[in-house]
Amino acid sequence: MTGMNSTVVPMDTTMIRTQGLTRHFVVKKETVEAVRGLDLAVQRGELVALLGPNGAGKSTTVRMLTTLIPPTAGSAHVAGFDVVRNQGEVRRRIGYIGQGNGAGHQQVGRDELTSQGRAYGMGRKAARARADELISALDLAGVADRKVATLSGGQRRRLDIAMGLIHAPALLFLDEPSTGLDPQNRANLQDQIVKLRAEYGTTIVLTTHYLDEADSMAERVIVVDHGRVIADDTPARLKAEHAGDRISLACGSDDDARRASARIGAFDGVDAEHGRDRVHVRAVNGPELLPELLRRLDADGIRVIRAELARPTLDDVFLNLTGRSLREGGAEPAEPEPPATSTAATTRQNQEITA
Amino acid sequence: MSTALTTPTTGSRNAVAAPALTQSTSMLSDVFTVFSRELRPVLRDPFSVVFSMIQPLVFLGLFGPLLSGFPGTGTGSALQWFVPGIIVMSCLFSGSFTGSNLLFELQTGSHERMLVTPLRRSALLIGRALKEIVPMIMQAVIIVAVCVPFGFELHVAGVLVALVILAVLAIGIGSLSYTLALASKNQDWLFWTVQQTLLFPALLLAGILLPVDDGPGWLRALAQANPLSYVVDATRVLFSGEIASVTVVQGLAAAAAVAAVGLFTGIRAMRRSS
Repeated sequence: MTGMNSTVVPMDTTMIRTQGLTRHFVVKKETVEAVRGLDLAVQRGELVALLGPNGAGKSTTVRMLTTLIPPTAGSAHVAGFDVVRNQGEVRRRIGYIGQGNGAGHQQVGRDELTSQGRAYGMGRKAARARADELISALDLAGVADRKVATLSGGQRRRLDIAMGLIHAPALLFLDEPSTGLDPQNRANLQDQIVKLRAEYGTTIVLTTHYLDEADSMAERVIVVDHGRVIADDTPARLKAEHAGDRISLACGSDDDARRASARIGAFDGVDAEHGRDRVHVRAVNGPELLPELLRRLDADGIRVIRAELARPTLDDVFLNLTGRSLREGGAEPAEPEPPATSTAATTRQNQEITA
Repeated sequence: MSTALTTPTTGSRNAVAAPALTQSTSMLSDVFTVFSRELRPVLRDPFSVVFSMIQPLVFLGLFGPLLSGFPGTGTGSALQWFVPGIIVMSCLFSGSFTGSNLLFELQTGSHERMLVTPLRRSALLIGRALKEIVPMIMQAVIIVAVCVPFGFELHVAGVLVALVILAVLAIGIGSLSYTLALASKNQDWLFWTVQQTLLFPALLLAGILLPVDDGPGWLRALAQANPLSYVVDATRVLFSGEIASVTVVQGLAAAAAVAAVGLFTGIRAMRRSS
């Protein structure tokens, strides 16, 4: 590759820093506060997911950070430069993969990649060579010389990614990268992103409303609601702190359930309640707690017919923070009980928000 | 995977260095990048240029013959009077339609992608506008080539000067169409409504189909306010072989005025684009 520079940057470089970042829109004479006073710092090498329902302000935030729209108030520095005063410097340093298709539908993929390289000041030869590299890295060899309009959704998305990477940016923004993709293409895309992060230390900021995507990929999840950050931590800590595991027991009789509930409630840091022959338990250490509970109840002669353990999802986190479920588009109050199917844990974790 | 997707970068504590692959660009190279990107689909599929001139060709074949001996169409053949106007018409048609390409890219996301690159906003407009010259010339050549066998007198020097004026006009009309597209983001009915509403009055008031000289005073006044009238007059004079004429200078001035207004509003709209 031409012009490769191997000098390593100190790991404490702050890639993104915002202070009171705010954006209002005026819609039909009413002011909508899309983003309200966002304070954010992202360090080099982080993989951050902005998670929230539609209209939470995720995309507006990314659009400000990528110089597409100016903030109404507050400031943002991206790659060390102000997004309003030094737009050119910011643009040279970031890659952006938006919600739509970056490649023109009347264009040929390879040509779009080359002209994208030219836009970043690469020479004709260098741009062509880089396009070739990305075409093979993103498995586009068979379709790169076809008109973009004839490509499938997954192929177009891979082409978008290739375009966003043409200049090998150290900071990459992806706005809802997997929306509209089928599960297989989503998985491929997630692999690509994780690989990029692992191999080259690219700082990645993505927005998503897929819970499992934020959960499985990001090391840091920033939960956004109504233009504000309501939580910001690793998925594991968010779940431990704001949700916890849920254990659901079906007992031999209503009386067994009542006794079990009382017995379990005496455990440290464990909540239990019962209804008819069921007991619902909340705890942080479900997998360790469940066998222990069953042994104790058995010793007390309480008959348990069925036991389910549901690990918390980021939806539970959102629900506990806002009283609304992400899955229901944040509009309806959430159900008080976990689903009663035995595959509850897996289905809940794979849920997507359909808002 | 052995292929480098990204390269490490240099940088101070506060400012992250630009990726090694990135170089700063000149305005000229930005314009050229945009221009050549826009031109590619045209060159790959030249038939699209012919397709967009079907209406001018229909007028040429089915309306032109009706003009034979019509008062005000000059002393030569009707074809000699009509062809220059048809060339301006095809320039007007394809130029005013061209914004729809940008409108589509505004909706699909490729315009947004380009806005995040270091390409200058002005280059995004100018490069697109300059591209309009190419289909305009292709169309003019086709129309002239079609008409010569039917007795159209070709004055090469005059035609070449006319193409310069029409190139300036194409930049102007294209820029205005792009301005309209940028203003119509998320409401494409606006683009088509305004474009269709303006297209035919502009056409009729330029004296392209019929001479306006014998029309009522108010219509002649409107035609005089229409910059296209001067371009049409200049093109007619040039196509008859006369170059040193005040009419030619007026035509160039009118085309330049359209281009100036188009580029000014277009660049302003592009800067506000998001």
